[in-house]
Amino acid sequence: MKKVFLVADNIISPLGTTTAQNFEHLVNGVTGVRQHDDKAMSDGRFFASLFEKGYFQTDECWTKFEHLLIASLTEILYGVDKNISDKKTVLIISTTKGNISLLETEEPGPELDARIALHTSAKKIARHFGFVNEPIVISHACISGLVAMITGMRLIQSGQYDHVVVAGADVISKFVLSGFQSFQAVSPGLCKPFDTDRDGINLGEGAATVILSAERPDGEVIELASGAVSNDANHISGPSRTGEELFYAINKAMDTAGLKPEDIDFISAHGTATVYNDEMEAKAVTLAGLQNVPLNSLKGFYGHTLGASGLIEAIISAQSLRQNTIIPTKGFSKQGDANPVNVCSQLISKPLSNCLKIASGFGGCNAAIILTKLKTAP
Amino acid sequence: MNDQYYISAHCSISNNIVSYNNEAVFEGTGHDIPGFLLSVYQHLGVKYPKFYKMDNLAKLGWLAAEVLLKDFDKTKYQPTDIGVVLSNAGSSLDADKRYYDSVQDIASPALFVYTLPNIVIGEICIRHHFKGENAFYIFERFNAEFISSYVSVLLETGQLQACICGWVEMTATGYKAVLFLVEKEGATPFTTENINKIYSTANG
Repeated sequence: MKKVFLVADNIISPLGTTTAQNFEHLVNGVTGVRQHDDKAMSDGRFFASLFEKGYFQTDECWTKFEHLLIASLTEILYGVDKNISDKKTVLIISTTKGNISLLETEEPGPELDARIALHTSAKKIARHFGFVNEPIVISHACISGLVAMITGMRLIQSGQYDHVVVAGADVISKFVLSGFQSFQAVSPGLCKPFDTDRDGINLGEGAATVILSAERPDGEVIELASGAVSNDANHISGPSRTGEELFYAINKAMDTAGLKPEDIDFISAHGTATVYNDEMEAKAVTLAGLQNVPLNSLKGFYGHTLGASGLIEAIISAQSLRQNTIIPTKGFSKQGDANPVNVCSQLISKPLSNCLKIASGFGGCNAAIILTKLKTAP
Repeated sequence: MNDQYYISAHCSISNNIVSYNNEAVFEGTGHDIPGFLLSVYQHLGVKYPKFYKMDNLAKLGWLAAEVLLKDFDKTKYQPTDIGVVLSNAGSSLDADKRYYDSVQDIASPALFVYTLPNIVIGEICIRHHFKGENAFYIFERFNAEFISSYVSVLLETGQLQACICGWVEMTATGYKAVLFLVEKEGATPFTTENINKIYSTANG
């Protein structure tokens, strides 16, 4: 089986426009989440990680969602020696709601439907950057980013493509915020992942891109070693009661990568800070024998960036492997009694080789990937 | 590469007609889309109260899977060895609009949950107890090449032993579902050409 390498990455978030800028803020404990008072989005005040107004705006040519993707793709493709117009290169876009905010501001009709369609955005962006193959869009709730990476990995492993550019983004508007509010799932303050007093999510905006490649760059490199997806087959809006299905995906990913629980140096959890998600993840991690492995959630820095979250968190994890630094879980202070896992509350510096990244979402979906740092070329 | 996998069954629902393996098995009544979907549900004679709370996209996909899998012996496989890979062009836009209409009054969590296209996969997995790999892709048109090659990779690499795959589209004025059951044995080779042919001969 061909190996798949992360050869470039970018994060565009309220914390910065490069992976390095983002990582530096996380190391310093800086969060993008703050209180907002915006009547166009919500009657009451709410906490979220949003771009400054006017930073990315819908115009005649591009929507805000597309501007985000373009910003991330532009930063990553600048100076990268990858032939975008190669027949063996494809673009994958990950998003949950894409252009949906246009429903709030534009005249309804067939034209608007066509403009909102995700394949419209994907095609325009692919053409803009000169990709020749039809882009692939994945929209799979909160695991979209990881499913996009796993899809890209498989397309390279099977020899169909040599390079896959995976970009994800989501924008927060009244549509998404009101939905999570209707579920009583939004925290009234800063979110507290894995904390005993956790009380819901913060939402966030962001975009991220990784380039996956069959070609190994020189020197130290991050490999996307494996990935697996599962379904709870239990409930469309509540996670599994046992965590067994996420555990199945974790176990499969570890098996495929040839790793044992003791080989995993840290876990990047989904950690949305809802009561049920974090509890389910803790159960799955425990079933996998990983309850003592340092685990973090980055939702306290970024909020939940939906279709971008899997990518942003995988990129930060890759950077953690390179820097031998595990980012703490912002917002966490008190461990709950049920299913204790080893939540990082302080910056940890130690040699790191393997990271497990997990995510779960509506529709009962779960995903797990393994990122491995390879020091020298064989 | 694809010829070691087979389409062991296929089902289409479009233009008021439900077909199973190229044979029309039901012609719907009902004057609108919800009425038609309800007539198919009643024709099947199953009792599944959750059906009523689903959005139209989930109902369509759920009904197509119900017909597709009527003779499928899932006990041959582990739940984690059966997956679902679906695609469409419009994502969940039909449900998105219905949800956003509710926001003007009181935002409805029951509608919001259907504003994700993969919920139809979740509904099929709950009904049939499938726990394997699942993914929802968006393409402008049915991308037979992607579906056949990607699902073949999932089977070839042992991620899955059986896969339900295809197209499920719901708009305000039209709908089309074409689902394939792909296994290691069967009559029709699982090729781009064959699934394209089945897709395009489906009414509508």
